[in-house]
Amino acid sequence: MQIMVNGKWEQKAEALSVAGLLRELSLDSRRVAVELNRGILPRAQYAGTVLNDQDQLEIVTLVGGG
Amino acid sequence: MDIEPLRIAGFEIASRLFVGTGKYATLEIMRDALAATGCQVVTVAVRRERLMDKSGRNILDFIDPQRYTLLPNTAGCFNADDAIRTARLGRELLTNMENPGAGWVKLEVLGDKKTLLPDPVGSLEALKVLKSEGFTVLCYTSDDPVMAVRLKEAGADSVMPAGSPIGSGQGVLNPWNIRIILEQLKAGDPDYPVIVDAGVGTASDVTIAMELGADGVLLNTGVAGAADPVKMAHAMRLAIESGYLARRAGRIPRKLYATASSPIEGVIGAQSE
Repeated sequence: MQIMVNGKWEQKAEALSVAGLLRELSLDSRRVAVELNRGILPRAQYAGTVLNDQDQLEIVTLVGGG
Repeated sequence: MDIEPLRIAGFEIASRLFVGTGKYATLEIMRDALAATGCQVVTVAVRRERLMDKSGRNILDFIDPQRYTLLPNTAGCFNADDAIRTARLGRELLTNMENPGAGWVKLEVLGDKKTLLPDPVGSLEALKVLKSEGFTVLCYTSDDPVMAVRLKEAGADSVMPAGSPIGSGQGVLNPWNIRIILEQLKAGDPDYPVIVDAGVGTASDVTIAMELGADGVLLNTGVAGAADPVKMAHAMRLAIESGYLARRAGRIPRKLYATASSPIEGVIGAQSE
């Protein structure tokens, strides 16, 4: 399936959860926030949310800023 | 000398200096400069996580979330929708970290890449949506008194007029507008918080803002871009305290002509009749 992550289309295997995606990307789930199809996905739902074809995600973190 | 805490939306903040975490040469310098300012609230930005080449260090290892209240900004957003989405993501990040800044946002909706002046229409739109979602919103704006009043009317928990463009180091360019904003926002509501945000270049800019009557000052580049950020951070700490005290000490009036400080009588050399 194709999903968009941070503005880029990626080819991914079916039955991938958000938690699985974060693991694949070596991201610490405690330091990121996820927006799935324009909605905030709470951290408690990462493991239980399976991604579908054409899903769009923003995975963000805190950085320095004024 | 006691400095009253700043109150915003029922929350008490010990230091009236809010400091940004961007543009430091190293994270160590950032950490030391923040400590030297004595600040409690630090702003942070929300950005896409790097998905490849994650060799950089994480800023959260250099800002103690137990010591500081993190205030996410919506910097870099040029429309209301992006700012709203960014604010929601910021809230999610801080909720997960259990930081008291969760649900707070420094709202910036920018109008122009060169000036980084705020887009008043987008700002108002985003403010209304974020207030309806329960956010505490500190709203960055220009020094336009009309816009400042509109933002307060729309529910901004604090209005933050710019002294001059972000990172420009020009200080408070129009103290008259800042005074008008203070007067109009505090009419019948003297504790409404107004924070001068943007353009601070050196310590005296902070003191001037506080002497005008601002409740606080937010700065980033003035410290991060200084040749010695830790020294400048210390200067800023002294500046916010001196400006706060001077404002409340009742200054002397400005006069056109002189009034001697030493007595006129008893000077040697005069002869009596």
